[in-house]
Amino acid sequence: MRTRVAAAVSRQAFLLLVCVGSLYPIWFMVSTALKHNQDYVLDPTGFPSHATFHNVWVALHDLPVPHWLLNSVIVTVSSVAIATLIAMLGAYAIVFGEFVGRELLLKVNVVLMVIPPVVLLVPMFVLMVDAGWINSLRSVIVFYCGLLIPFSVFFLVNFFRTVPGELVEAAVVDGASPFRVLRLIVTPLSAAAIFTLMVVNAIYVWNELLIALVFLQDENKRTLMAGLTLFQGRYNTNQPLILAGAFVSILPVILLYLSGQRFFVRGLTAGIGK
Amino acid sequence: MGERVEPAARALPAEGRRRRRRRPVWPYVFALPTVAAIGLVFGYPLVMVVRDSFYAGSANFLVYVGTANYRNVVADPVFVTSLKNNLKLLATVPVMTVLALAIALFLNSRIRGWRAYRAIVFFPYILPATAIGLAFSYLLQRNGTLNTLLRDVGLGGIAPDWLGSAHVVMFSIGGVIVWQQLGFGVVVFTAALLSLPPEVSEAARIDGARWWQLQRHVLIPQIRRTIEFFVVIEAITVLSWVFNYVYVLTQAGPGFASSVLEYYIWNNGFQNGSIGVASTVAVILLGMASILIAVFFRLRGRQVQA
Repeated sequence: MRTRVAAAVSRQAFLLLVCVGSLYPIWFMVSTALKHNQDYVLDPTGFPSHATFHNVWVALHDLPVPHWLLNSVIVTVSSVAIATLIAMLGAYAIVFGEFVGRELLLKVNVVLMVIPPVVLLVPMFVLMVDAGWINSLRSVIVFYCGLLIPFSVFFLVNFFRTVPGELVEAAVVDGASPFRVLRLIVTPLSAAAIFTLMVVNAIYVWNELLIALVFLQDENKRTLMAGLTLFQGRYNTNQPLILAGAFVSILPVILLYLSGQRFFVRGLTAGIGK
Repeated sequence: MGERVEPAARALPAEGRRRRRRRPVWPYVFALPTVAAIGLVFGYPLVMVVRDSFYAGSANFLVYVGTANYRNVVADPVFVTSLKNNLKLLATVPVMTVLALAIALFLNSRIRGWRAYRAIVFFPYILPATAIGLAFSYLLQRNGTLNTLLRDVGLGGIAPDWLGSAHVVMFSIGGVIVWQQLGFGVVVFTAALLSLPPEVSEAARIDGARWWQLQRHVLIPQIRRTIEFFVVIEAITVLSWVFNYVYVLTQAGPGFASSVLEYYIWNNGFQNGSIGVASTVAVILLGMASILIAVFFRLRGRQVQA
């Protein structure tokens, strides 16, 4: 009995330690962001006893941060919306339709899920230069959209297969067009899965750096992540200000995480199988 | 794979099919945007990157040079360093796997508060590596928090320049990667453990198996496939998905000591404007990833049969 208690205590201690380790760097970022630079220089790790939103305020008003924020929102919302729509149509065709290459299309999507995007970067860049789209948000929206589609199709196919076939069949007998069936029957039944997918995809786009860095070179056209790396060089004597920028960049992610933690877990583990 | 045919057949009622002799067109229309998108973003670039690896010059003016790019790249010490660094980062995979597995097994013992623990450990995984990297770059400075802590407890002698020393820097980057990827493993492993039938563990427990014996001989073997998947996915990740960490933490420095293949591609393709060299390294990276992707599919295939 005593050894069992000791084992339980040591397990709790180990897990607490892991949690402290997981949260400390985030705490460091947030607490530093809330400190005046003088306080930070004197005591970098101390508790922000004179907590202030001054840095966050300055970061948010320091041009071009508002542009970067807006760019990130535009890019994230449009690429996730378009990719989800395209993937819903594709997944619906794969699950409920009959066409030549159906199996192949699904298999290709599964392969493409694991292709490293950096491999596609150079030819896409050349293509965008030819199209005159460099420094235009369109370039990254198109790229992100394409990158999101394989996982989205795979994820939705798995979910659409759990939709009862009788419902779809009944609607088809009643003369509903495939688009109506997708919109009025399959989509409402898959609402939670589609939400999960959109959240996971939004985080992917929001967090992406390399493509944004290459395609959006004009300072005003950067996304927030690509902009932050400029911040890093510009204010390297004012670390609280830089971390205030980082704090702003993780806030939307934290809000999404808190709003649907269960969804996250389900969405991000979907690719790995059980 | 057979079950896929069934809902499709159900979706098309037999009488409808008889009335209209020809096959419906709508599936092609629905699938077209998907095919177009992956054709543009994956198909076209995959062909072009291989082609461009045999050319030199800038985007507008390319000259065929045969395999010269490959020979030049292999002879470039920075390329060799980058490749070695990616391979070194592969060492993070067993570390994060063992750690994540240990945490998942503890959580699976229905320890009090396991959901909260899991939520906390998972949290870093979803955060942008760029923002995380900024925080770590200050924590790991020569006079940053970590070294202050080490000096305070009398270990100042071993406090290295985490990001500035060529010998230490890859350990630091690897540590940040483990820190962020750990939660993914924990979540994947707990999900797999939760889906196991309780009877087997019950039987083992009744037979008097101790905690460690139960984990080692009953639970871990049952989630072996999930562990294999995780290992392969993380191997692909550290091979081809670590640019953010390197760019924010060290800019590949000191010198090029912490360069990785992605950074090499970015630096040559977009800083030096050498499309051919960047494409060549992209093809090499794709080749390495393909080996892992093939392993991934062997695992998937086996899972489907089971």
